[in-house]
Amino acid sequence: MSLLSASVLAAFLTAIIVQTMPLILAAIGETIGEQSGVLNLGIEGVMLVGAYSGYVAAISSGSPWIGMLGGIAGGVVANLLLLVLNVWLGLNQIVIGLAITIMGEGLTSVLYLQNYSKHPQSVPGSSWAIPGLSDLPVVGPSLFRQSGIFWVLLIAMVAIAFLLSRTNWGLSIRAAGQKPSSLDAAGGNVLRTRSSAVLLNGAFVGAGGAFLSILTTGTFTAFMTGGLGFVAIVITMLSRGKVTWIVITSLLYGIAVAIKNPLQLIGVSVPADVFQMLPFIVVMVTLILFARSSIVPPALGSPYTRGAR
Amino acid sequence: MSTIAAEPGVISLREITKAFPGVVANDRISLDIVGGQVHCLLGENGAGKSTLISILAGMQQPDSGTILVDGRSTPINSPKAAVDLGIGVVHQHSTLVPAFTVLENLMLGETGVLRNETRAKARLDELSELLGARIDPDALAGDLGLGQQQQVEIAKAMWKGSRLLILDEPTSMLTPQAIEKLAASVAQIKAQGLAVVFITHKLREAYQMGDCVTILRGGKNVGHIGADQLASFSEAQAQRAILAAMFGDDVATPEAADLAGATEAHREVDDIELGTKRVRLELSGVATRGHGHDVDIRDVSLAVHESEILGIAGIDGHGQAALAEVVAGQRSAAQGTIRFDGADITRRGVAGRQQLGLRYVTDDRLHEGTVGGMSVAMNLVLKRIGQRPFWKFGQINRKAVDAEAERLIADYAIKTPSSATRAGTLSGGNIQKVLLARELTDGARFVVVNKPTYGLDLKTVKLVRQILTEFAAEGGAVLLLSTDLDELVELSHRIAVISDGEIVGIVPNDGRGTAERVGQLMTGAIEGTPATEEAHA
Repeated sequence: MSLLSASVLAAFLTAIIVQTMPLILAAIGETIGEQSGVLNLGIEGVMLVGAYSGYVAAISSGSPWIGMLGGIAGGVVANLLLLVLNVWLGLNQIVIGLAITIMGEGLTSVLYLQNYSKHPQSVPGSSWAIPGLSDLPVVGPSLFRQSGIFWVLLIAMVAIAFLLSRTNWGLSIRAAGQKPSSLDAAGGNVLRTRSSAVLLNGAFVGAGGAFLSILTTGTFTAFMTGGLGFVAIVITMLSRGKVTWIVITSLLYGIAVAIKNPLQLIGVSVPADVFQMLPFIVVMVTLILFARSSIVPPALGSPYTRGAR
Repeated sequence: MSTIAAEPGVISLREITKAFPGVVANDRISLDIVGGQVHCLLGENGAGKSTLISILAGMQQPDSGTILVDGRSTPINSPKAAVDLGIGVVHQHSTLVPAFTVLENLMLGETGVLRNETRAKARLDELSELLGARIDPDALAGDLGLGQQQQVEIAKAMWKGSRLLILDEPTSMLTPQAIEKLAASVAQIKAQGLAVVFITHKLREAYQMGDCVTILRGGKNVGHIGADQLASFSEAQAQRAILAAMFGDDVATPEAADLAGATEAHREVDDIELGTKRVRLELSGVATRGHGHDVDIRDVSLAVHESEILGIAGIDGHGQAALAEVVAGQRSAAQGTIRFDGADITRRGVAGRQQLGLRYVTDDRLHEGTVGGMSVAMNLVLKRIGQRPFWKFGQINRKAVDAEAERLIADYAIKTPSSATRAGTLSGGNIQKVLLARELTDGARFVVVNKPTYGLDLKTVKLVRQILTEFAAEGGAVLLLSTDLDELVELSHRIAVISDGEIVGIVPNDGRGTAERVGQLMTGAIEGTPATEEAHA
């Protein structure tokens, strides 16, 4: 089979899309948090909670749409911990973040083993063939036969990019991360701004996890994110709050994951382990090349107390 | 409650009290702020000025007392409430977000979903006209000079149609030229019928800009000169009245006047003939590279002679930290050579330079300068760890350390309960004395001091300046980095001006007009016209 045959290319493209989407969503969520000055190191755990709750909602309702909503709700609920302990009570973000990661990993593993591991169920597939476009070669069967969820999430991403750069809310978010005392002095509310950012962070990270279980793999397995949340943190730092950059750097990762099948098909005989390492090697190389230019908001990681200098 | 009935158009404070652990910052302060007047709040550091305005700005709540707006008791319990009442504050420390454009900074705190840039630009034009300043709305706030940043801050404070503008020590970092511009803007704002509260610790400014003056001391309102009275006073009379309130009647007036910045600063160190003095420290073509967000120095050549105090003037953050640290040895020079008494010390580290007698008093006295959790005694020998007689065979010799500490505490009049007290519990002034004592003892021949009197009370300021002058008079050499122009003029033999990491000129400090020439160099360098002063060798 040739590398350039239409069906191989279509499969490659599909793989890129489904592998990249969870990462993009998680990185956008993390970006909203970081721009407002809240570093969510619990992202790995929140993604797993989103993946699990999305999976449960999808198989019990039979609808991937309801599954996505379940994942979003799971992410928001998991982030309430960060909201209360860090934003409101001012506790250390690193400790809370690591706790949320460990808790998310443990909780979802135990619940999955208890409830579903003996009779694993698959999420019903979902695709929406766009009339006309879906008959195109290569992009037709890959891009234009994605689930409707994919298109809704794309619109949400554009909306977030617009909100961050063009609205007063976005300005407040960025001010809360740059210099919260300025936002306070200008009559804004730092706690409310950061709270909204943390909740949106939970929604997007949860959606990323749910996309992974519902649409990428169609099932849930323990520890299924495998470090994807931490990759999202790296991508967030490299992208400096720009949604376009998040998409570009995430695609690099997605391509590195998806390239496995076409390469194996044309007979490149490399151990499978190498392919599994590839995405992480790509991330590391990108970091080495571009980490110097990553700029994080100055107030990232420090809780705000009025009057404290 | 006071018996004075408040009139409309007036913001009145009645019996405002605010205590912090260990100190009463505001003790039953009452005053009236009237529209169309500049009300000067005068007092030294720690007199309670900043607390009073953070109460007016809604950043802090008074423990007791009321604020009357148009005669009605009005609590100001958040910055937003203050903004809604039309109270705009220009804080001493910039509240601009450096990574935002001017327009973004101004629009911060607006309500509504979409950013309305057209309306914001129109409002900025209106305010620019009022302030008599042109501000590029798309420039990054961090790229503006300090004077311009302040104009943006004023525009921001007046953004929503202010009735009261509070300026907290607005002149402390400005060049004389920028101060004149500020005075013109304030006059325009006053003419619009707005009330202005002008906070300063310089008496001269209070008299020049103020319509009435209130003096705070130790958290109390210790004197008020009303508008009619101030207008009828001559400058000398006003000075005497204010000084009496500031220091009590028993203070020798000329000295107090000097401390309070009543008169223009003039040189107080003795003349020295530079030609006859040997060069103690010489930098030639020194540059630093890459250190976070700091400004690096480029091609700096300077010579400091024995017995000389060389001042370095410049707006904060223009490479002072890099210069101080490269001399101290805390930062390595990427280019150029540093000579000390003729010997090349470019490659020597901090400890090596320390032993030669080259010392450094940092501006970050709380974090970099001292270890707050350790005793005063330990902090005093911090740079001699491992050396005899304080350490013997790796063991600390407490007796020797305590004896040395007691000697320094007495010599430098450090006020501390004992030498075992944790250094972090001392006041800023005493911490600075600990630093000076540590650095200037044990064979010091040269010292770099960065902002040595920043944030200190007047008595300590005087003491610190005296210590530095005496050190130079006894043959030491001083490199004095400061943002306080008056201080530089009083202490330095020559003043070099640093701008964006480069020395743009050196002014000999002889006679009147030094401050103006230094100011010209500072602004000339910033606004892009070539520096006219020739370096004076």
